[in-house]
Amino acid sequence: MAVYKFKTTISEEEIRKLRVNDVLYVSGTMFTARDQAHKRALDYFKQGKPLPLSLEGLAVFHCGPIVKKKEDRWTIVAAGPTTSTRMEIFEDEFIKNFKVRVIIGKGGMGKRTTEAMAKYGAVYGAFTGGAAILAAKAIKSVKNVEWLDLGMPEAMWILEVEEFGPLAIAIDSHGNNLFEDVKKKVEENKQKIYQKLGLSP
Amino acid sequence: MENVAFNLIKQAVIYLPEDVKQALQKAYAEETSDAGRTQLKAILDNIGFAEKYQAPICQDTGTIIFYIKAGAKAKDLDKIEAALIKATRRATVEVPIRPNAVNPFTQKNSGDNTGRLIPWINWEIVQGDEIEMTVLPKGGGAENTCVMGMLVPGEGIMGVKKFVVDAVMKAGAKPCPPNILGVGIGGGSDIAMKIAKKALLRPLNLSNPDPEIAKLEKEILEAVNMTGIGPMGLGGKITVLSVNIDYAYRHPASYPVAVAFNCWAARRASARLSADGTVEYLTHTVK
Repeated sequence: MAVYKFKTTISEEEIRKLRVNDVLYVSGTMFTARDQAHKRALDYFKQGKPLPLSLEGLAVFHCGPIVKKKEDRWTIVAAGPTTSTRMEIFEDEFIKNFKVRVIIGKGGMGKRTTEAMAKYGAVYGAFTGGAAILAAKAIKSVKNVEWLDLGMPEAMWILEVEEFGPLAIAIDSHGNNLFEDVKKKVEENKQKIYQKLGLSP
Repeated sequence: MENVAFNLIKQAVIYLPEDVKQALQKAYAEETSDAGRTQLKAILDNIGFAEKYQAPICQDTGTIIFYIKAGAKAKDLDKIEAALIKATRRATVEVPIRPNAVNPFTQKNSGDNTGRLIPWINWEIVQGDEIEMTVLPKGGGAENTCVMGMLVPGEGIMGVKKFVVDAVMKAGAKPCPPNILGVGIGGGSDIAMKIAKKALLRPLNLSNPDPEIAKLEKEILEAVNMTGIGPMGLGGKITVLSVNIDYAYRHPASYPVAVAFNCWAARRASARLSADGTVEYLTHTVK
């Protein structure tokens, strides 16, 4: 287990150094995107419409934060990760088209994302679900918000972060997926559990 | 009444009940996997920061669900619903909590945590002139793994055991483990889930008063903690903190079972309003 500290924009070369179980801290620009923002970004891409900012080398955070507006400034109140599997249907295209390098969320992602990460060079960093204040502490400012018409949770919040983490690298750019490993172990344990409960398999 | 409901929402989303905190501390002491311990450490740190900064523990402050035990002789019963809605709107701005009420057809977020039938209010008429109010801010991640099944009556309790462990294995990392499981048995399809969800309100240091059911709770808890899912699904031995079972009698042909998941941020708060206007907070100390 190695600890890495990366600053955006992150290159493919840097990302390829990471392996599952490493710990990563990200500084620089991070943006939030959930179901609706992923969908809209990919729709824009299909239509040839430019995005509000270039996402290349940035970190995307699966998060619908609580944000407060004081005078004219937005501040993040709480910002933990949301369940990433909902974005599985979008993420491979998202990585391919926009070259984001770090996907941050909770719960892990599937085969399509793992393959896209290996092919285009990206990693999945698991942040502790629910640890919204730990996350908020590392967010130094809200640089901008786009697509606020989607509602506070679904909008794209563009954030300046400092040593955002710890992110447990759960999918690396070499085809390894820690969540899949755990799933396999759970499958192995299943028979033992059934036996203990006196269930027939 | 509105103030009490507001206070309950605020306390619930910022401060976890003592029994939940203790269960998480115990989990941290008992967890052996490095990944699991790292996650539990982050969880405990986060609980401390939330208290220090008086900010919601988790950004997903959930769907606001109320449980009201209304004394038949209590005053102003007709004003409760309006007060709960107003309190929810106020909490959205003042705590603040995240706007989490979306129209399922237009996908528009109402922006204030209210909308058709939301906040959801469960009513119970009881003896006396007091009103007991409980709020359960129910997070979406753990809600998405809730399941209900109509089992085969002939399988009996064995079917229940299998259904619950299968639900946990299928949910994996998604419901933000370590979880609390509410298990509702019997009644009917809707009744089983209502019972399961209500069982999430039971403090974690209490078992079902029926020793046979308490034994089953323990047996299922031990079984689901053999899965290896662990804190946040990164591997480990603490996947579930508590299994809370409740039941209703069933139809001879039906065996409904529901499993309601709650995340580690198992938020709840209760208060009792007396006829003379005094308010007693049951789960939190309100300054």
